[in-house]
Amino acid sequence: MILGIETAVEHVGVALGDHRGIRAHTMVASDRRHAESLTPMIRFAMQQAGIEMTDLSAIAVDVGPGLFTGMRVGMATAQSMAWALEIPLVPVCSLDALAMNAEMSELTVAAALDARRGEVYWSLYRMRGVGMEPQRLTEPVVSSPEDLAVHLADRAEDTICVGSGFDRHAELFEASPWTQLVGRDALFPSAASVVTLGGHRVMADETVTAMQLQPMYLRAPDAEINWKTREGSR
Amino acid sequence: MSFEVTESTVVLAIETSCDETAASIVMGGNDVLSSIVSSQIDIHARFGGVVPEVASRAHLESIVPVIDAAIAEAGILPSRIDAVAATAGPGLIGALLVGVSAAKSLALVWDKPFIGVNHLEAHLYAGLLDDPTLEFPLVVLLVSGGHTMIIHMKGHGDYTVLGRTIDDAAGEAYDKVARYLDLGYPGGPVIDRIASEGNPHAVEFPRAMMHDGLDVSFSGLKTSVINHVRKNPEMSNVDIAASFQAAVVDVLCAKTIKAAQQVGAQGIVLGGGVSANSFLRSEMSRRGGEAGFKVALPSRAMCTDNAAMIAAAAWHRLKSDGPRELDCGAYPNLKLAEVPR
Ligand SMILES: [Zn+2]
Repeated sequence: MILGIETAVEHVGVALGDHRGIRAHTMVASDRRHAESLTPMIRFAMQQAGIEMTDLSAIAVDVGPGLFTGMRVGMATAQSMAWALEIPLVPVCSLDALAMNAEMSELTVAAALDARRGEVYWSLYRMRGVGMEPQRLTEPVVSSPEDLAVHLADRAEDTICVGSGFDRHAELFEASPWTQLVGRDALFPSAASVVTLGGHRVMADETVTAMQLQPMYLRAPDAEINWKTREGSR
Repeated sequence: MSFEVTESTVVLAIETSCDETAASIVMGGNDVLSSIVSSQIDIHARFGGVVPEVASRAHLESIVPVIDAAIAEAGILPSRIDAVAATAGPGLIGALLVGVSAAKSLALVWDKPFIGVNHLEAHLYAGLLDDPTLEFPLVVLLVSGGHTMIIHMKGHGDYTVLGRTIDDAAGEAYDKVARYLDLGYPGGPVIDRIASEGNPHAVEFPRAMMHDGLDVSFSGLKTSVINHVRKNPEMSNVDIAASFQAAVVDVLCAKTIKAAQQVGAQGIVLGGGVSANSFLRSEMSRRGGEAGFKVALPSRAMCTDNAAMIAAAAWHRLKSDGPRELDCGAYPNLKLAEVPR
């Protein structure tokens, strides 16, 4: 049984399941209250699904890119639990999980999350069918939505666009003949997708230990950016 | 949840409120089995202060290794742990959340009570941890980079703030003066070191509010240090540092002793990072002793942020109030008398 944790976006999600399917899934739109909600939600989902701590074989967690504080709440939780239970962890990229919202698509899928400050995190995918792991066509990056729009226009192929990054900057993409915005009811990755992806990675033996888990920030802290700029201009 | 708290109750505590990632195992509220502190001072030094996002990232990297080390050093099995605590505030919110999340997760996995601890209250317990013979009422001088408070500790969980800084914290004044003199970061230890070679009477810097009440102020002192250096660029840094430090310590000692006299304290206790300062320690001991007070100087490791003090405070809170719910978050502006829900 795999526990999936999603806190790298504006909602908090917890799911339980394995490669055969999802046994429990709870989600709360919990802007900035991730830490308050997460532990009680895990306890609730496990109790309702009749799952004991000892039933857990792995924990899958969204490691970003996303909201820094939110993703750290999920990662600290996943790491501590995995360490105490002595079970492996699966780091799941938020954009991989987000792309699963368009898992039935036969077209290219663009997944983008609002990175705030006028930027988006994004990556492109080819889907392999329901419940399957999407294939990345590009590596996750952070850029302006304008750069993403230019990239998609240059590719000149029909693209299904999912995620809060497109919703936030809809005016840039709605006019393009190549992009089709979908899933306004599914702007964020779900914990169920985190479990599904986790299940595939566990089967493929692609897990890490609690001490090895690494976040995917894609953006340095402001102070570091300012410091580098200052050093560079000396 | 009913829960019996005894001398053999073992608490695992986590501290991540600022720039130290710490974990500790304490039995019975005062028997420290292990106390691990992973400091980020080097990471923040180049920025000249603690950068919240940088601190949060470092906490996440260190949290599990530090917890693992605390349990290993205590030489116990995790199953021996009876309760899990974390600092819930005050502090940097993103930093606090790493520790709170980790502690709540462990409480959930092990099915043990969780306690959210007030970091300021924990500093008061650091003194008691090092000297269990202390008797209430006590006056605690809590001085750090973020706080300067004179506290009347009447009993467990029973405090009144008698005086506080109306502007800069003492540690902040040290950092600002050190930055102005180009001495590096953090300012406290470096000023303490060079001041020992200087003349504390080279400049008679002002002692603000010396005779009004128990509040203190350091912003004017910092300004007069800067003005003095501007006007006397030839003067040596060691004399400036010694004179600045003499003014800070003079005010802190005078006000703390006055507070102890007012409330009829049994003793004076130091706490917080600045109480590792050697001149403050020797002056408080001497002057407090002359005024007839027992002066408790916790070890330097207990003055600076650590998780043993969090565990001690947690043990007392667990005893008096019982555990907290798992929906505890982080409370960056928590006041001394407030208990994280
Ligand atoms: Zn402190």
